[in-house]
Amino acid sequence: MTEYTPVLVLAAISGAFAVFSVLIAPLTGPKRYNRAKVDSYECGIEPTPQAAGGGRVPVKYFITAMLFIVFDVEIIFLYPFAVEFDLLGWFGIVEMLLFIATVFVAYVYVWRRGGLEWD
Amino acid sequence: MSELFGNEAWWVIILKALLVFVVLVVFTLFNIWFERRVVARMQHRVGPNVWGPFGLLQSLADGVKLALKEEIFPKHAHKVVYFIAPVIATIPAFLAWAVIPFGPEVTIPFTDTVTPLQLTDMPVAVLYILAVTSIGVYGIVLGGWASGSTYSLLGGVRSSAQMISYEVAMGLSLVAVFIYAGSMSTSEIVAAQAEDTWFALPLLPSFIIYMIAMVGETNRAPFDLPEAEGELVGGFHTEYSSLKFALFFLAEYINMVTVSALATTMFLGGWRAPWGISQIDGANEGYWPVLWFLGKTLLFVFLFIWLRGSLPRLRYDQFMKFGWKVLIPASLAWIVVVCVMRRLIIDDDLDPTKILVVAGVLVVALLVVQFIPERRTPAVEAPEPDAFAGGFPVPPMPGKQPVAPSGAPVAPSGEKEA
Amino acid sequence: MTAVTVVFAAMGLVALVSAFLVVTSDQIIHAALWLVVTLGAVAGLYVLLAAELVAWVQVLIYMGSVVVLLLFALMLTRTPTGPGSATVTRNQPLATVVAGATTVALGAVMWAGFGGEVIDEDEVRVGTAARLGDAIFRTWVLPFEVLSVVLLAALVGAIVLTRRGER
Repeated sequence: MTEYTPVLVLAAISGAFAVFSVLIAPLTGPKRYNRAKVDSYECGIEPTPQAAGGGRVPVKYFITAMLFIVFDVEIIFLYPFAVEFDLLGWFGIVEMLLFIATVFVAYVYVWRRGGLEWD
Repeated sequence: MSELFGNEAWWVIILKALLVFVVLVVFTLFNIWFERRVVARMQHRVGPNVWGPFGLLQSLADGVKLALKEEIFPKHAHKVVYFIAPVIATIPAFLAWAVIPFGPEVTIPFTDTVTPLQLTDMPVAVLYILAVTSIGVYGIVLGGWASGSTYSLLGGVRSSAQMISYEVAMGLSLVAVFIYAGSMSTSEIVAAQAEDTWFALPLLPSFIIYMIAMVGETNRAPFDLPEAEGELVGGFHTEYSSLKFALFFLAEYINMVTVSALATTMFLGGWRAPWGISQIDGANEGYWPVLWFLGKTLLFVFLFIWLRGSLPRLRYDQFMKFGWKVLIPASLAWIVVVCVMRRLIIDDDLDPTKILVVAGVLVVALLVVQFIPERRTPAVEAPEPDAFAGGFPVPPMPGKQPVAPSGAPVAPSGEKEA
Repeated sequence: MTAVTVVFAAMGLVALVSAFLVVTSDQIIHAALWLVVTLGAVAGLYVLLAAELVAWVQVLIYMGSVVVLLLFALMLTRTPTGPGSATVTRNQPLATVVAGATTVALGAVMWAGFGGEVIDEDEVRVGTAARLGDAIFRTWVLPFEVLSVVLLAALVGAIVLTRRGER
């Protein structure tokens, strides 16, 4: 697993750069306190005490993330399949078609129930 | 895959890692300038032209200026997460470049050490890129959440939902490449394209889907909804200032170059010289390939800028609908076509061009199907335009007649009680 | 003690400590973030065990999507931010029993399956995509197909739960 050593080196360099930038910023810039400056920016109107809806988001985002996981799982099975493709023959294709078809049924169900609507 | 990856002298590894870092930072500075100049030209303006030759030093000056600006810590911000978020966004952006091949094996000047122009490679390199970039989503969603402001939160959530939606299409579009190359290692995919042709030609639908997905994935125009200035001010980084803002900006531009470089490696032959130049002896040896690689990558960057200069922003529902209802089914169908096509080529030695024609017809048929308008839900009677919707006077939409203000006892059509 | 063993032990420690912080931290968002650290450390363990593909799948699926799903889920429920949002519930004793039983069951399975087995570090075969593809699509075909049904059930469940009473 030596091929991961360079990844660690690059991570160390970029991490050092990012942390340095975050830490140095208060030192290089001026500091002039102003009450309005530290308020949430809401285009000049009186800021709401906390993010809209108490920081809650619509349930659609949850369904999107759920769909994403399902398709992500499909993708990670497609990748080893693609790499082994030449050796797997027609049997492999039929297997994969069955898999894709079953997941597609789920997709069609979500579509029909309006899970893909954003309005 | 070369045996050298990871087994080199420590100074070679550090030198190459530093070079990747510097190339990315300089490329970002260049791209900001490039974008401003090109967009300016498209809009009949001049663009930055004061600092340095052709204004090349403008983005450097901007960076220094950002460092000298006051750092604001918003009142409602979360103490720790607010500071960590830009760091989380930046590191994965750099890390993705560990497996991007810049060129073949070369000798380092002044020594006789031979090294590949690629930091490292692994059998699952492309999966590694996808995995690492998916961590970058945290920087955005946490940055938006930790700012404690409405615009930031909405921008962060929108942004992450958008990125995960288009990541699916992007991941699916790469499957066809792996089928053709028989590997997920970037250097082997480049090698496979040297034997075959550039994968952009036989896998054109994949290439197109990838290009659309990469614009959505990087939150760039016309898919820049998380930063829609008219709606969300700046999106997730509204409350960020000074160098922390610069880090988000840097990560965003690096991500743009990353997907461009990945497109080059996957579909346009990587660092190999384009046809015509590749006939010249030595075009694919030594340090020349870096030029071809950067040139092709810059081509994609130009595409990004061109799109920004030409297209208006999509609405969020249109954008999500396009991603989930068009791109994903289309790429799944294309994967099935590629599987069958490839199998036939391997088994029967069928003429690839014949299959390409059939596949092309299928794809066109699919596209036609996509353009058939959806079945509307049983026509709900269009509500009468209300001249005082929500208490504010609004002009009627084109083709509609204004009616009396709500509350007045009119409603002649059999309108149901709301 | 080789360098790999030391790193392995350190990674394991990180995974354990952060997992402990997941269940003890005061704010629910902090718990989610510590979970990210735990999952990342586990991915590191996979890399050290030469299970390359599994490691990046762990990062892509668990760190990249499952925790994002968790964050969305937290954001759509009650105000998730304040301290004390993740403190004691009445179910704590029950949860302890379930967690303990799971640990015992998993440990027993591991012990029965691999107890006393020694792997030679020098002859380790890297878990590449090709090898995993071979295993999944030749040997373990049925579990693979059953998995698609599990995914189907997961999506149907999500829709049924979130769209209840909206028809």
